Amino acid sequence: MTYISKPRLRHPNLRTNRFGFTHRDYEGAVSTLCAGCGHDSISSAIIQACFELNLPPHRIAKLSGIGCSSKTPTYFLGNSHGFNSVHGRMPSVLTGANLANRDLIYLGISGDGDSASIGLGQFAHSLRRGVNMVYLVENNGVYGLTKGQFSATADRGSKSKKGATNRDAAVDMVMLAMELGATYVARGFAGDKAQLVPLIKGAIVHRGAAFIDCISPCIAFNNHPGSTKGFDYVREHNEAVNRLDVMLPREAITVDYQPGEVEEVTQHDGSVLALRKLADEYDVHDRIAAMHHLQKSKAAGEIVTGVLHVDPEPDDLHANLNTLPTPLNKLTEKELCPGLAALEKFNAAYR
Amino acid sequence: MSQPKVNDFVIKFANVNGSGSASANRLFAKSILRMGVPVSPRNIFPSNIQGLPTWYEVRVSDAGYLGARGGVDLMVAMNPQTWDRDLLGIEPGGYLVYDSTKVLPPTKFREDVNVIGVPLTELCNREYSDPRQRQLFRNMVYVGALGALLAIDIAEMEKLIREQFSSKDSLIAPNIQALHMGHSYAAENFECPIVLEVCRSDRIGKRIFIDGNSAAALGCVYGGATVAAWYPITPSSSLAEAFQRYCRNYRSDRETGKNRFAVIQAEDELASIGMVIGASWNGARAFTCTSGPGISLMQEFIGLAYFAEIPAVIFDVQRGGPSTGMPTRTQQSDLLACAYASHGDTKHVMLFPEDPHECFEFAASAFDYAERLQTPVFVLSDLDIGMNDRLCEPLVWDDSRTYERGKVISHDELEAGADFGRYLDVDGDGITYRTYPGTHPTRGSFFTRGTSKDRYARYSEAGPDYSDNMQRLLRKFDTCRLMLPKPVMRKAHRSTSLGVVCYGSTSPAMNEALDALEEEGLDLNAMRIRAFPFADEVVDFISEHDRVFVIEQNRDAQLRFLLLNECALNPAKLISVLHYDGTPITARYIMQEISSDVAALKPKPKKKVAP
Repeated sequence: MTYISKPRLRHPNLRTNRFGFTHRDYEGAVSTLCAGCGHDSISSAIIQACFELNLPPHRIAKLSGIGCSSKTPTYFLGNSHGFNSVHGRMPSVLTGANLANRDLIYLGISGDGDSASIGLGQFAHSLRRGVNMVYLVENNGVYGLTKGQFSATADRGSKSKKGATNRDAAVDMVMLAMELGATYVARGFAGDKAQLVPLIKGAIVHRGAAFIDCISPCIAFNNHPGSTKGFDYVREHNEAVNRLDVMLPREAITVDYQPGEVEEVTQHDGSVLALRKLADEYDVHDRIAAMHHLQKSKAAGEIVTGVLHVDPEPDDLHANLNTLPTPLNKLTEKELCPGLAALEKFNAAYR
Repeated sequence: MSQPKVNDFVIKFANVNGSGSASANRLFAKSILRMGVPVSPRNIFPSNIQGLPTWYEVRVSDAGYLGARGGVDLMVAMNPQTWDRDLLGIEPGGYLVYDSTKVLPPTKFREDVNVIGVPLTELCNREYSDPRQRQLFRNMVYVGALGALLAIDIAEMEKLIREQFSSKDSLIAPNIQALHMGHSYAAENFECPIVLEVCRSDRIGKRIFIDGNSAAALGCVYGGATVAAWYPITPSSSLAEAFQRYCRNYRSDRETGKNRFAVIQAEDELASIGMVIGASWNGARAFTCTSGPGISLMQEFIGLAYFAEIPAVIFDVQRGGPSTGMPTRTQQSDLLACAYASHGDTKHVMLFPEDPHECFEFAASAFDYAERLQTPVFVLSDLDIGMNDRLCEPLVWDDSRTYERGKVISHDELEAGADFGRYLDVDGDGITYRTYPGTHPTRGSFFTRGTSKDRYARYSEAGPDYSDNMQRLLRKFDTCRLMLPKPVMRKAHRSTSLGVVCYGSTSPAMNEALDALEEEGLDLNAMRIRAFPFADEVVDFISEHDRVFVIEQNRDAQLRFLLLNECALNPAKLISVLHYDGTPITARYIMQEISSDVAALKPKPKKKVAP
C-alpha cells in the first residue's frame, strides 16, 4: 500500500469560498479504506465543514492515533500538517501541540479502540483540561485493522460478524465527555452528512474542548444483523434531538425558521449556533438534565444524536494556564532568556 | 583521636522524617561554607512522609573533596529507632551527641566513643509551651551546640537564620534564641572546641551551593523551554517544581501578568512525553523529567520521536532500579534503557552531568542538540546530584548566545520554491529539514508518522525506502558525535599504562581516589565521559592504555557494555569497578578496588627451590 495522490484536475466552475479555495483544496490523498466505509463519509464532512467555514487549510493541524479512523487524516486537508502518533495517545500529542501554538485549529481524529480502550485515560484527561480542540471519535464498535474483535464501545449483547456475543458493558463516550467537562458534546452518524457537517462546524468554532461521537459503521466487520453499529440499526434507532446551523460572526442569518422553533446560541467569538429543536424537553445548556435524558433514551434503546451539550462561555487550557496571547513557539531568546545579569544575582543567592 | 582534625571530618545527623530537621541541618552545613570551608551534604531518606528514619551527612573537607567519604566522626543521634545502628557507624575515638534528657544505661554507649549529652528536650520544654515549637526548636538547639563544639562562628549562623526567615520576620528572634541556648549549654559544659574543629579558610571562591535539579530547571529556563509536562516521581519532581517557580519569577509578564510558559502535571509519564513531542513538533522547546520507571513507560513514544525525528528533552534523575527498586537511593542504572529505548533499532543521545553546574549547562544545551539533531536527548543525572546541595562553579551564560533551532524552513524559503522533502538528506549529514505546522498555505505541509515513509514523508512499506531511512538515521547518529560535549581528561604526572573512566556523579569520589592513589605511587590517566554517542577521544583513550577501569553505579556495567557495543574495543582490558547498593560511591571504595586489581597483576616472587 502506498500513498496515492489525487489528480489535480478539477471542474472549472467549482464553487469557491471567501479565500478563493474550492473544496478540492481541502481534500487529501485517495482513501485506502474499504469502499463504503463510514469513515470516508466523515472525511468528506470534515472537508465540507472546513470549506464552508472559510478556513485556511494550513492553519489546521490534524492529529490521530492508530487504527482505521486514525488513518483518515491522510485523506482530507492535504495542505495541513498531520500527525499520526501512537495508539491511544493522540490527546497528549494534541495537547502539547496546542500549548506550543494556540493560534492553530486542532482536529483530533480517533476511533473507539483508540479512545475508549487503550486511550481512555488520555481521552478523559484532555477533556478535563479543556484543551481547545475538536475531538472526533469515528465509532464503529469494532477493531477493523485486526479483523473484527469487539471494541470497548460495542454494546452488551451485540453480535460480532462471526456470531460471538459481547458480554462486557459498553463505554459511552458521550456520557463520559459530559461528565468530564467537555464544553461542546455532539453525536452524529456517518450516514447523515446533512446533520454531521454542521456538528463539525459547531465544534470547530467552539473555543474549548469539543467532542463528537460519530457512529461510523464498519462495512467489513460490523454491519450485519445483530450489530448495534450498522447502517440499518442506527437509522432505525436514531433519535435526533435537534438540527444545527452554524453562522459565523457578522454573517447574515439566512436560514428561514418559524419563530419559536429555533434557539440561537451566541458563542464567545460571535458565531451563532442555531438549534432547531426536535425534542421539546431537551435543553443543551442543562448538562445534568441532558445527561438524564441521554440515560433514559439509552435505556429505551435509542441512539440520541445532535448537539447534546454546549457551554457558550467555555474556559480553555490556555485561559487556565494564563499564557500570553502570542503562541509560545513564536517567542525568542529575548522573551525567554533572563540573561547574565539575572544569573549573577541567582548565583549570589546560592552562596 | 587526640590529634585535632581541622576542617576534615564527617558529621551525621540521624533524625525522624517530618520532624523539621532538614532546614536546621542545612543551616549547619551552610554555616561551615560561610567559614570558607567546603562541605558536601547528603540527604539519606526513605520513601515516606513522616515517621521513618532519615539521615543528613555532612562531609567537611578543606581539600575540597565532595564525594561521600564513608565513616562518621560525629553522630547527632536524634532517632531512638536507629540508635544502635547509628552508634556502630561512629569511627573509634569519634563523638556521639545525643539528647540526654532521659538517662540511658551505660550499655547504650560505646567505650571508644566520646559522649556529649545535651538535654535538648529539657531545655526546650523549659523554654516553650507549644508542642510543635518544642520539636522544631530542638533542632536549632543542637545546631547551636554543634556551633560551640566545632568552633563555628555563631555570627555566621545568626546571619543564615536572618536570611532564611527574611520573609517571616517573627521567626528570626526565637530561632536565634534557640541557637544561643544550645551554644551556651555546650560552651558551659564541655571543653570547646572538641578534637573536630572548623577553622576559617578561603577554599570556596566564587562557587555556589545548589542541587542539580534546581540548576537543571534553571537551565531549561535559560535554554528557552516553554512547555514542560511531567508526572510526579522521586527524585525528579523537584526539577519540574523548580522550573515552574523560576518561570513565575522570570517569565511572567510584569505588566499583563501573562505567562510565557506552560507547565502541565500530566496524568502519567506517557502523556508527559506525548505532550513534549506534540509541542516540539509544533516548534516549541519542551521537556519532561522523570526517573527509571517513567523511562520504562515512555518507551513507545521515544521510538516515535526517534523514527519521526521530533526533538524532545528528557531528564532522567536516576534512582535504584529495577521496578520500584530503591526510590530514594542513587544509581546510574538507566543507561541501557535510555541508550536503546523503544522497540526496533533505535539509539539515543545522552548527556552525563557531573554536578549542578553541568546540570545547568547540559539542560540549556540539550534543547540545542535536540532541535539540531531532531531527536530525543536524555540528560542523565541521579539522585545524588539531583537532590543534594553540591558546591560547584557558578552558573554561566553568555548573553550573545542564541538558540540553535536547527534546520527549519521558513515561509519565505518555501515561497521561493525550496524543494522540501521532510526526510530528504540535502546536506549529507543525515539531518533533514522540517517545517512547523501553519507555515505556508500551500507548501511545506507533511504527514508525521511512526510508520515507514519515503524521503517526502509519504507512507511507504517498500524495502528500499525503509532501509534508506534507517541508514540515514545512522549517519545522523554519527553527526551527533561531533556536536556533543567532549570527554574531560586528567593526565597523571608520570606516564602510565593504566587508565580509568567514569561519568556523571562519581567524579568527586574519582578525583579524590586519583589523588590518593597517586600519593601511594599508583598513577592512572583518567577520562570523564560526558556524552553518548562516544566521541573519538573515548576510543583513543582506551586504545592508548593497557588496562582501563570503568567506574559505575550499577550491577551490570552498563557503560562498559555501551563501550563494547559501540566501539571496536578489546573487552579484556576494560575492568569494571561497580558500586550499586544505593549509597554514593566513595573514594575509599574506588581505591581499594583498583589497588587490589593492580596488586594481583604484579608478578608474584618466584618460590625458592629447595636445594
